[in-house]
Amino acid sequence: MAMTIHVDIVSAEAAIFSGLAEMVIAPAVQGEVGIMPFHTPLLTPLKEGSIRLKKDDTEESFYISGGMLEVQPDKVTILSDTALRTKELDEAAAVKAKDNAESILADSKVSGFDQATAQAELARAMLELRAIEKLRHIK
Amino acid sequence: MASGKEIRTKIVSVKNTQKITRAMEMVAASKMRRAQERMEHSRPYANKMHQVINHLAYAHSEYKHAYMEAREVKRVGVIIVSSDRGLCGGLNTNLFKTTLSSMKEWNDQGFEVDLCTIGNKAAGFFRRLSSNIIGQASDLGDRPKLEDIIGTVKVMLDKYNEGKIDKLFIIYNKFINTMTQQQTVQQIVPITADEKDEKLVHHWDYIYEPTAEDVLEALLIRYVESLVYQAIVENIACEQSARMVAMKSASDNAGDLIGDLELAYNKARQAAITQELSEIVSGAAAV
Repeated sequence: MAMTIHVDIVSAEAAIFSGLAEMVIAPAVQGEVGIMPFHTPLLTPLKEGSIRLKKDDTEESFYISGGMLEVQPDKVTILSDTALRTKELDEAAAVKAKDNAESILADSKVSGFDQATAQAELARAMLELRAIEKLRHIK
Repeated sequence: MASGKEIRTKIVSVKNTQKITRAMEMVAASKMRRAQERMEHSRPYANKMHQVINHLAYAHSEYKHAYMEAREVKRVGVIIVSSDRGLCGGLNTNLFKTTLSSMKEWNDQGFEVDLCTIGNKAAGFFRRLSSNIIGQASDLGDRPKLEDIIGTVKVMLDKYNEGKIDKLFIIYNKFINTMTQQQTVQQIVPITADEKDEKLVHHWDYIYEPTAEDVLEALLIRYVESLVYQAIVENIACEQSARMVAMKSASDNAGDLIGDLELAYNKARQAAITQELSEIVSGAAAV
């Protein structure tokens, strides 16, 4: 039997996969990487895309929207994001948290609708749409 | 002594209250089970993240990220995780007491404190104390999403990056079991590694793609978020179990109260009958 490496795929809201594989193919930010057993330690962010695990001529694939990949010689850990992340979206979220605090301090009701949140939501919806389209494409 | 009718109405109203507390108890019990499951689900991520961070602490990297280096403390930041709703016993009150005593300690050491509140209860409490609140998130519901806390965490980390706070803590209720919740004050940043892994003592380092700086930035932010997320999920499990216990004792108390009231009602009723009888008897004797 070929050599295998232990793979764990987890997201903040659930454990997705834990088991052995002969090769892991992951969409790193600088291009796809294929990890085989005894790979040197590696740490890299992942883009949205699919993770493929090869074992005994079968292939299993998982879709992730981004995350982190850690490689140790005997194991691979994939920390998957549950949300789509971009700098702008994070920024918008931070602004919202600050706004919340300010409106609490000003003792006024948190306004349910303003332009910044609407824009952030629009941007998020667009990203999600794009991700779904890509997912369809992959399938 | 109150008349029979007054006591009757009182009994009815206490019974109604008991129905409500009993329903809340049952709702809390089922929500607690789900909250505990969710806590179990998110644990693998937190554990794996912790492992990776531990490995990282032993990697002999040339680049040291700001989150991994302690510096002189002038201001501290605190994220307080509370519930959105009340009626959960002393859960929030105990947490705020812990928070206030920690804040007092920091103030005594000459540190100033910036707060970030999660949940309506903390926001209300610390606003009344006119503390310095710089971030706020609430209405996360029973099923919080990681997205909901990204903003709050970023506000604090930005402050850390700008050097406006030098240490970041999180205060939340840790779930021990249904009856016990532990108020916990945990340091998030700077990150401290714990157990020693024998395999990792030799001299080694990761390959970072694209650069150590970018990779660590992304990883450490996620690490902090996972800590905060885990704290929130635990706090929800605590909230539900505390509510269940509080509502159970409220239902029990209502039961006792109904017993007492019924006794009083029966006594009043009997007294009235006795009085009526003696009136009739004495009336008959007078004729």
